[in-house]
Order: sequence, then structure tokens, then C-alpha cells
Amino acid sequence: MANDPNSSVRFHPEYRTLPGGEREYMMDVRTADLEINMGPQHPATHGVMKILIRTDGEVVTAAQPHLGFLHRCAEKIGESVDWMQYLPYTDRYDYLASMNNNLGYSMAVEKVLDIEIPRRATMLRMICAELNRIASHLVAFCTYGIDMGAFTPFLYCFREREWILLLFEKICGARLTYSYLRIGGVFNDAPPGWLKEVGHFCDVFEEKWKDYRDLLLLNHIFVKRTADVGVITRQQALDFALIGPMMRGSGIDFDLRRDIPYLLYGEAYEDGAYKIPVGKGEMGQVGDCWDRTWVRVNEMMESIAIVRWCLENIEEGPVMGEIGKVLKVPPGEAYVGIENPRGELGHYVISNGGKIAVRCRVRGPSFCNLAILEDIMPGTFLADAVAIIGATDVVIGETDR
Amino acid sequence: MWIGQSEAPVEATQETAEGGNLTLTWLTEIAPESWPGWLLPLIAATVSVVIVIAIVAVLALVATWLERKVSGHMQNRYGPMYAGGWHGWLQPIADGLKLFQKEDIIGSGTDKVLFMMAPGLVIAAIFGAFVAMPLAPDFFFADIHMGVFFILGMSSLTTIGVVMAGWASNSKWSLYGAMREAAQVVAYEIPLGLSLMVPLMVAGTFSLIEASAGQSGWYGMHWYIFQNPFVAPAFLLYIVAVLAETKRAPFDLPETESELVAGFLTEYSGLRWSFFFMEEYAAMYLMSLVGAVFFLGGFESPFTAMSRDAFGDGHLVTNVVAALTLIAKSMAGILLMMWIRWTLPRPRIDQVMTVGYKYLTPLALVCVIGAAAFEGLWQALLG
Repeated sequence: MANDPNSSVRFHPEYRTLPGGEREYMMDVRTADLEINMGPQHPATHGVMKILIRTDGEVVTAAQPHLGFLHRCAEKIGESVDWMQYLPYTDRYDYLASMNNNLGYSMAVEKVLDIEIPRRATMLRMICAELNRIASHLVAFCTYGIDMGAFTPFLYCFREREWILLLFEKICGARLTYSYLRIGGVFNDAPPGWLKEVGHFCDVFEEKWKDYRDLLLLNHIFVKRTADVGVITRQQALDFALIGPMMRGSGIDFDLRRDIPYLLYGEAYEDGAYKIPVGKGEMGQVGDCWDRTWVRVNEMMESIAIVRWCLENIEEGPVMGEIGKVLKVPPGEAYVGIENPRGELGHYVISNGGKIAVRCRVRGPSFCNLAILEDIMPGTFLADAVAIIGATDVVIGETDR
Repeated sequence: MWIGQSEAPVEATQETAEGGNLTLTWLTEIAPESWPGWLLPLIAATVSVVIVIAIVAVLALVATWLERKVSGHMQNRYGPMYAGGWHGWLQPIADGLKLFQKEDIIGSGTDKVLFMMAPGLVIAAIFGAFVAMPLAPDFFFADIHMGVFFILGMSSLTTIGVVMAGWASNSKWSLYGAMREAAQVVAYEIPLGLSLMVPLMVAGTFSLIEASAGQSGWYGMHWYIFQNPFVAPAFLLYIVAVLAETKRAPFDLPETESELVAGFLTEYSGLRWSFFFMEEYAAMYLMSLVGAVFFLGGFESPFTAMSRDAFGDGHLVTNVVAALTLIAKSMAGILLMMWIRWTLPRPRIDQVMTVGYKYLTPLALVCVIGAAAFEGLWQALLG
């Protein structure tokens, strides 16, 4: 593997090039590569994923992700249960962004149904989806801190995530698996004072966000660990069809919320409510791990801006469209992709007019983003492998579904 | 009778310690004449070892409790609150009991002898190092002339135990941890020794008690860090090198729980694991004590000077105040290490090596040369 001519790392028989660009000359001893199973029970894989790594000393020469430890046949279940009954299953694939999963599935079914969603319901959907995006990015950011050895930011971020979960608990009663955004609208209206509390959260979070940025993202050791590590060039990002912060970190300005707008994101963008952060390579090269993290951290602030726009523009009205007591979906098919915190979450559903979907397929962003590990990991240090996995921000529930 | 350095002055060429063992002297006074000559040193040694082990173990337990409380309060939570009632002060005992009851798992592929020996070697080495540590100016077990040399040597021996543990575990993660420990300690022994050379040159002695006594001027504030402009930068280098030497974050590369699962500790469980844990805290305490003695005045502080004025040198109260002073200073060092651990991310192994070899070692050398030049100039000017 080390001398594989197709490998992106070249190993000269007399010397090898270390990740820092220095040459290390091979003396008379050439040691054998060591093959390690990183996972399925490893702290850095954030779940039950296995990465088979080949190492030469501290240098990774090959890596291969192995999936499927958390496979729960979600898509097949979608073809066996009622339209509405499948909604709670969507909560379970990306368990850090359940609101967004609900949204993706609901929108796909609504597209087949071809119904109108009340404006207040759309606003509530946007608020919940963006708050969930913040919660998800907080987890991604703080667990990345743990990967880098900084434990304390983890608990700070979880404090704010806890607040978001409390807000969700107030609006729908659940903390992780919400099933709140439903086909036709949202389950119920926001309780009195909820929107005001969301506004208060936005104000407080803005101050806390600055602390997290200075404590971890701009920390010198953190920058040294992540800048120029795991660089994904623009071309590589396109070749591997990366999506979400992984792609924006590589300098590609694409976001489904703006470019293929759904809900009221297009209107919000025209109002100048939010921007799309794109990696600029401030600390190293464009597309390194630091850029990806930077994109996530800045997206939190943009989400706050979207939530504020919604709070300003929300008006009274119904929160559920006219879908009837028993859901009758006409024959047809639909694909809807939405911007999940990790990238494009696509749902493809086919209906033959019955109570159950004929086909229910999911395009998970974590799964698509994972493929590039095999290409960028060789030639880095073992510690960088952890940094790369962390910056990919995979949720194993979604890769395996 | 308290034994101190006030006794017969030490010959420069003399190799062994002059001060001797307090317990032995005390025993010699009270023991009947009929006891055989070899019995007294044996009893004295046993008693001293038990005292050292007890003190170090208690200090390590306190440090584990403190770490949990400090990290808790830094992280917006309380830490242990239940065991024992008051802020969970019995938590370390509860932890120890739990670890004691755990199954001692030894994997089938391990090198059993080395695997079982490694924790013992580690903890014996660190306890051995404490023997040379004076507890108070007139209360010590061995006033070794090469005291600091002995302490550094013994604490380096723990590395052998860690490498042994990693190799014997027959786990790839453990092997990585062990190799990292070896590489890291080799890189940081040099700056550690060199940065300690600076106050040693100012002090002109390797003995910890003499070094501490040399800072008693200025009403207990004539610390080495104020005596020579090169001691302060050397102290910073010393702190960094100590973090690496004791495997404390951000230099906990041998353990790196996010990369190497638990590094050399991966295959250990129960009491053997707790030995490594205790060694880490004992090493922290030891290095803080050495740093306090050679940089921050040792036993000397205005309080010590006050009690010396009031009660006289060698009095029990003076000794207690001096001991408390040293413990307070080393606790400050431990708190600093905890503060650093719960704040900073961890550098990569090559960055750790770069810092050690390319920056710390040359800087430490500069400090040594500068301190030597300053001392020479000082003496030339003032005779």
C-alpha cells in the first residue's frame, strides 16, 4: 500500500516526505506498516464507525472507513409503514438535527401532496430548523475540541445546547426526537412567551459565541493542529460531491438555502438577513480542517440572524395546512433536498396513491462526505487522522441509517 | 532532638549524606542497649518508608479530589458533592475502594511478568524520589548531597515503567503510547535538567535543604527567582518541561484519550491502573516541590522568617510553618498545572518534539550561560 503508484502520497524508496514537507531518509532498516482498527469503539470516531488505518510509525499510509454498525433499515421501514408513521423514524438518522430531518421528509411528502403550508407554520419551521442547526454545530465544534484535547469548551457548548433543547421541550415536549415539523405544517403553535424567550436566547448566545471562538477556534495550539491539515482542494470537493460545511470550507460558495431556496430562506436572503460563510484559508490553505470549523462556527451566527429575521416577521395564523385526518397521497414522486447542518439531506419518495410509500430513499450528507477520508488521510500523522474525522463531522446514525 | 544542617559542616568531597535519618536518631536515644545494631536502621528505614508512602498517598488522593473540583468549577459544574458530605471530600476514598474491588484483568496476549511489574516499578520510583524530599528544614529522611539529582533520576525511572507497560500490553494503542512517552521524555529531560541548572548555579548546592536555606534573606523573600535575572525565564522553561515530564496536558501525548484510546493505560484496570494514576499526581507534586525549592524560596517566606524570629531556628513551630509554606507553594504549582490542563488543546507529537528540541533546549542553554556569566560578573564586581 505504501508504494502504491495510485496513492496520493509518494513514497520514495530512500526517503519519504513527512506531512510538514521535510524529507525523512530511510536508513538500512525499513519497518513494516502497522494496521490498526480505529473503532468501532474509539473515542475519535464519534460513534460506531471503524476506520482501518495503516501506519508507518506516526504517519498514516492508508485509511479505509468501514460502515454499517448502526444500520437500522430506515429506508425499508419507510416503505412498510404509513406516511405519517415514518416521521418519527426520520428523527433517528441524524439525531443531532432531528428537526431538519423531519423537515426534509415532510417537504418531500408535501411536494407529492401539492399543498399550501401556512406562513406561520413555515416561520416556526425555520426557527426550529435554525435553532437545531446551532445545537448541531455546537456539538460538532465542541466534540472537535475534545478530539484536539480541550475538554472544557465541550461543557460550555453543551450548556447552550441545553438551553436550545429546553426551548424544544417547551414547544413539542421532546428533547432529541421531536417529530414536531409534520406533513402539512407543525404539530402545535408556540406556547405563550416562547418566541420572546428565543429572542433572549439569541442575545445571550451572541455573547457566549464570542467566548467560544476566542477560547477554542482562535487558540494558537488549535490553529496549529488544524490549519494546513487535511486540505481538500476545490477540485477534490467537487469530485467527491462534498456538501455542506465540508464543501464551503473548500471555498465553494453553495448553500441550498440560498441557491435552491425552500421555506422562506429566499425571502430572508433578499432581505439581507444572512450571509453564507465560505472558507478563505485565513490560517492556512483553503479547505483545511480549520476552515471547515470556521465555517461551522460562523454558520451559528448566521442561523441566529435567520432566527431574528423570523422573529421580526412572524405573524399570527394557523400552523397546520389542510391535509385531512387520513393522509391520502396522490400518485407521484418527489425529491426534496434541504440544507441539513451537515449538508444536503435529500428525501426521494414515490407514491402509488396508497397509504404507504412505494419508495422512500434518503441521501445522507455524512455518508457522502465520508468517502473523501480515504483520499486525504494518507500522508498525515495519526493525530491528524483524528482531526480530519472530527472536521468531517459525521453522525453515524445518518451514514448507516 | 531535631537534626539539621546546623550540625557539623559538610566536607565538599564527602559523598554520602551527613544529616542522617531522624527516626534513626530518635530510636538510638530510646532503644535499650540490648538490641542488636542492625535492628535499629531496619526499623528506622521501615518507619520512614511507611511515613513517606502515607504522606505521598494522601497528597495524591487530595490532588485527585482537587482536580475533580477544579475542573468542575472551571466547567460550570460542581464536581463530586455527595461522598462524605462536605463537597464530596471522601470521593477519592470511594474511588480507591471501587478500583480495589475491580477485577484485575490481564490479557491473554500480554507479557504477564512485565505487565504486572510495570505499575509497581512506576510507583516505587516515584515514592523513592520522595525519600530525598525534606518535609521541613529539620525533618527529613535522607539529606542527600546530590538530592535534586537523585530526584530527577528516580522520576525518570517512571518512564521505564511506562514503556514496559506499553510494550507488555501487546496492544497497538499501548505501543504507540509507550513510544511517544519514550520520545517525549528524552526530548524534555534535557531542558528540564538545564533549566534546573540555573538556580542550582545560583544556589551552589544540590542539596534541597541547603538550597532552601540560601533564600532566607530579605525577610524570607530572597528567592532565587529574584537573585538572578536568568532564573525567571528558566522557571517558565521548567514549567513547560515539567508538564511534558509528568505527562500532564497539554503534553499528555502518551495517553491522548482522543487518539490512542488511553495510550499505555489501555489494557490496565483496577488497582494497577490506579497505580499509574497515583504516580501522575505524585509526580506533579514532586515536580512542584522541586520547583518551589529551587525557584520560589522553598521553606522561606515572611511567615517562616517571622516564626524564626519569634521561636528561634529549629523550633517545632518554625518547622511547621516552613512545611506549610512549602506545601502551599507546591499546591499553587499543582493548581497551575490543573488550570493549564483544563484550558488548552493538545499539540501534535511532532510539534511537541519541535518545541522540546528546537526551542526549549537552546533557550535553556542560553539561560544557563547567561546565569553563569551573571554570577561570575557579580562575584567579580563585589568580590
